[in-house]
Amino acid sequence: NEQINGPAFFFPWFGLDIGGTLVKLVYFEPKDITAEEEEEEVENLKSIRKYLTSNVAYGSTGIRDVHLELKDLTLCGRKGNLHFIRFPTHDMPAFIQMGSEKHFSSLHTTLCATGGGAYKFEQDFRTMGDLQLCKLDELDCLIKGVLYIDSVGFNGHSECYYFENPTDAERCQKLPFNLENPYPLLLVNIGSGVSILAVYSKENYKRVTGTSLGGGTFFGLCCLLTGCSTFEEALEMASHGDSTKVDKLVRDIYGGDYERFGLPGWAVASSFGNMMSKEKRESVSKEDLAKATLITITNNIGSIARMCALNENINRVVFVGNFLRINTISMRLLAYALDYWSKGQLKALFLEHEGYFGAVGALLELLDSA
Amino acid sequence: ILNLSFIFFLLTGGSLTKLAYYSTVQHKVARVRSFDHSGKDIENEPLYEISVQEEITARLHFIKFENTYIETCLDFIKDHLVNTETKVIKATGGGAYKFKDLIEKKLGLKVDKEDVMTCLIKGCNFVLRNIPHEVFAYQKDSDTEFRFQTNHPNIFPYLLVNIGSGVSIVKVETEDKFEWIGGSSIGGGTFWGLGALLTKTKKFDELLQLASKGQHTNVDMLVKDVYGGAYQTLGLSGNLIASSFGKSTTADKDFSLEKQSSPKAHLMVVTGRLIPALLQFYRIDDTFFFFFSPHLRTIQLQCFILWQGEVQALFLRHEGYLGAIGAFLKGAEQDNPNQYSWGENYAGSSGLMSTSPDVYPMQRTRSGTFDMLEMDRLERPLVNLPLLKDPSTYIPDTVDLTDDAMARKYWLTCFEEALDGVAKRAAASQPDSIDALQRAEKFRQKYWNKLQTLRQQPFAYGTLTVRSLLDTREHCLNEFNFPDPYSKVKQKENGIALKCFQSVIESLDSLGWEERQFALVKGLLAGNVFDWGAKAVSDPEYVGFLLQEGPPHKCALIFADNSGIDIILGVFPFVRELLSRGTEVILACNSGPALNDVTYSESLIVTERIAAMDPVIQSALREEKLLLVQTGSSSPCLDLSRLDKGLAVLVRERKTDLVIIEGMGRAIHTNYYAALKCESLKLAVIKNSWLADRLGGKIFSVIFKYEVPCK
Repeated sequence: NEQINGPAFFFPWFGLDIGGTLVKLVYFEPKDITAEEEEEEVENLKSIRKYLTSNVAYGSTGIRDVHLELKDLTLCGRKGNLHFIRFPTHDMPAFIQMGSEKHFSSLHTTLCATGGGAYKFEQDFRTMGDLQLCKLDELDCLIKGVLYIDSVGFNGHSECYYFENPTDAERCQKLPFNLENPYPLLLVNIGSGVSILAVYSKENYKRVTGTSLGGGTFFGLCCLLTGCSTFEEALEMASHGDSTKVDKLVRDIYGGDYERFGLPGWAVASSFGNMMSKEKRESVSKEDLAKATLITITNNIGSIARMCALNENINRVVFVGNFLRINTISMRLLAYALDYWSKGQLKALFLEHEGYFGAVGALLELLDSA
Repeated sequence: ILNLSFIFFLLTGGSLTKLAYYSTVQHKVARVRSFDHSGKDIENEPLYEISVQEEITARLHFIKFENTYIETCLDFIKDHLVNTETKVIKATGGGAYKFKDLIEKKLGLKVDKEDVMTCLIKGCNFVLRNIPHEVFAYQKDSDTEFRFQTNHPNIFPYLLVNIGSGVSIVKVETEDKFEWIGGSSIGGGTFWGLGALLTKTKKFDELLQLASKGQHTNVDMLVKDVYGGAYQTLGLSGNLIASSFGKSTTADKDFSLEKQSSPKAHLMVVTGRLIPALLQFYRIDDTFFFFFSPHLRTIQLQCFILWQGEVQALFLRHEGYLGAIGAFLKGAEQDNPNQYSWGENYAGSSGLMSTSPDVYPMQRTRSGTFDMLEMDRLERPLVNLPLLKDPSTYIPDTVDLTDDAMARKYWLTCFEEALDGVAKRAAASQPDSIDALQRAEKFRQKYWNKLQTLRQQPFAYGTLTVRSLLDTREHCLNEFNFPDPYSKVKQKENGIALKCFQSVIESLDSLGWEERQFALVKGLLAGNVFDWGAKAVSDPEYVGFLLQEGPPHKCALIFADNSGIDIILGVFPFVRELLSRGTEVILACNSGPALNDVTYSESLIVTERIAAMDPVIQSALREEKLLLVQTGSSSPCLDLSRLDKGLAVLVRERKTDLVIIEGMGRAIHTNYYAALKCESLKLAVIKNSWLADRLGGKIFSVIFKYEVPCK
């Protein structure tokens, strides 16, 4: 078979995205391995496949997002499942060490990596793991991944969705959105920090702006303010808090709406503004602080995204990135804020595979390079 | 001496209260009055009478203090509130709601709330119009932290970014037309609130202190933390923040902000991102003013450099007062303060502080809680000289001492060394006053302190110049009731010079035309020793002017300098020559005293006496071919963009086509490079060897700069 002779087509197929906080790894597990192949498959390759597919957790911090797994995918003529794995960036040395122990370098494959860590850890990969990384631009990969995953769908469901009645707990509904004609599109990637891209076609996109107030800020501040130690814990706390005790609202200042400028009383005038006062500092709970942090970061991203959308004259805004993982509070708030402040002109969209698109893009680059 | 304040207004913001009040200040002014000589000219009798009178001027005061002092402040207002007609007090800002009851109870006045943004914008327009060097840009890696801008005659449109507890961005198109175009809840309140939660420090100022010492890279995840270096594809520097607070998760153990890590810079980065987006959207490309809450300036300064390349970020020296000024203006609309011109009183205003925390920590702390601005209402509105070639680029001052460290050092030392003498002369000028010595000492102290402040923070009052140093000294002298220390000296010298006037005229008249022109110019520079060998004198243009035989000028505007020999034996013979050639003359003298410069009222008396001796002057006065006007200024220097409106009107009416500026202060320290639409002559004798050296000449060199505008 001509197809599998190119070096890129040697398994394993990996795509790696090394971000500021999390490493995202996608792994294509071929399900159509012939007996002949099975026999030829070297031991360490087999062991990698077994290790990844038979576990859902790796070490103390690696996690496979089983619910995101894409089944029976056809990639480059091969059928298989796509697995989504993540672990903290600070465990990168351990990961490289493991690669070295499993003699990854003896496999005839290229490791495609994107994200800042592809640059930062390049040297470590070479010296510790005897591996030459193929470095890829993170924004290229991100867009490639988004477009691909959306096109293949999520095991028969829509990858893209939106919220109807986002502020109404009873009536709020998650509904599928057809992103068949995606352009133009504002893509807001919320990782540790935030990048905002205007995408006009597969090849034509630009980074409009970004902000350093992102998921890392939420988690970092929560750690400092509440003593929590995981993102999940921070979100859990936030879901039980009341941010209006922490934030100063327009109505706290004006007694109601600020009519001269059309600002509603419920809008936040000053994030954490109530914490200037000693009494109020003493009356808030850790949950309130976590919620306020979440609201602050989310609102800020929403307002920057709104300005960018206005500037670029784009009305569909797709939010991705691991900040949104299990974070319905932020998603619903983004959906509401975008709709409210744009008077219904802008629509917030979300994707099921939140933070994995960069890694998917890296994998696709690997296959394209052959 | 502050006597009574009769209108005043409060702005109560989130954490700081700014109070604006209008007071009338009684202070002493020197007046001159002609004696009735009724024909008998008695030898040894002074030329005119000098009296010191009480005068009342209007002054605007702006004070800023922490909210905790509000009761003290209200007590102060109550004690000084003399005008019982005041029934309403204007207040704006969040605190207007919070303190309404307290104010109404304490003062028995009704609190009238004004919209805060409207007030801010009104205030902003006011300072932009009335305070030269209000606007500055920040330069991070430069010797001069601040670069001041000359006020553009047209201030609109601009974008106002108000960072208070939160952030509002407003586009201002005209005095009354503006719209809110965006904002952020992450502002000063966030900094304070988070800072109080994260550190043991609870006070705003202390938080700022802490922040300025901290290292945000301990907390923030930088691009280089993610990439190991820069993100080259996008051209993002490795030092940019990738994720604010992003490191505080991984630096697991015992991570404490008490270790002087600060939450500062990143909080504001949000604004840095929003603004360029807004600017693009609203396509404002003229002038932007970014107005930042005072205490946050340090933070803003660091964050805006991230996008400095895209737009110009400008700051205002008095940003903290805009709301109070605006509320005041709204309340005083019946008095229409906008119809007057106002001048910053350097003696009463505390200056701008450095962003560097190590400079003058004591003053910094003090100014954090208490800070003030005083503006005097000027007698008459001030306008541009219509003959300025380009009012928007005109800069009066020749040397920017904020920029030129060498020159700054020299001049500050120079003023320090002269100070004892000035104080002595001030005391001596009031021999009959019991407390003159005490007041002179207070003056000395105050000016000395100002000079020390300027040594540390040259930009405290805008661009530091010889003019601002001279003006500050005058303001300080006035503050301690030395309205005119030179009045007696001037009186004496005027008397002596008048006695010589006729003989000087006779000897001039006996000369031939060409000789006379040289003698006249010599006379203009009289009272000074001068060096005819100076380079400028042999300049062909100079000779061209002297020997000009073309049609006479229509009208000449002369800015006079000193009393005595200078005006009487130098300027007047020259004026007489111009008049006899058919040129009308507008003679402009200062409205108020400064050094031994001739004042407008002195010039009236002197002219009257000359007219009595000289028929040419007499008939010119009668036929209104010689006109005496006041400049509107009390400075030894000259700002051609702030001149008495009457002067400007006259200049236009008479189709003035020649401007003569005389003296070091007016022609060298200022206006040396001023470009005019008509012919101009700038002349002075350099009476300062350091300056002479700088200009490439010797002491007592003559500057004689004759310029014809390019066609």
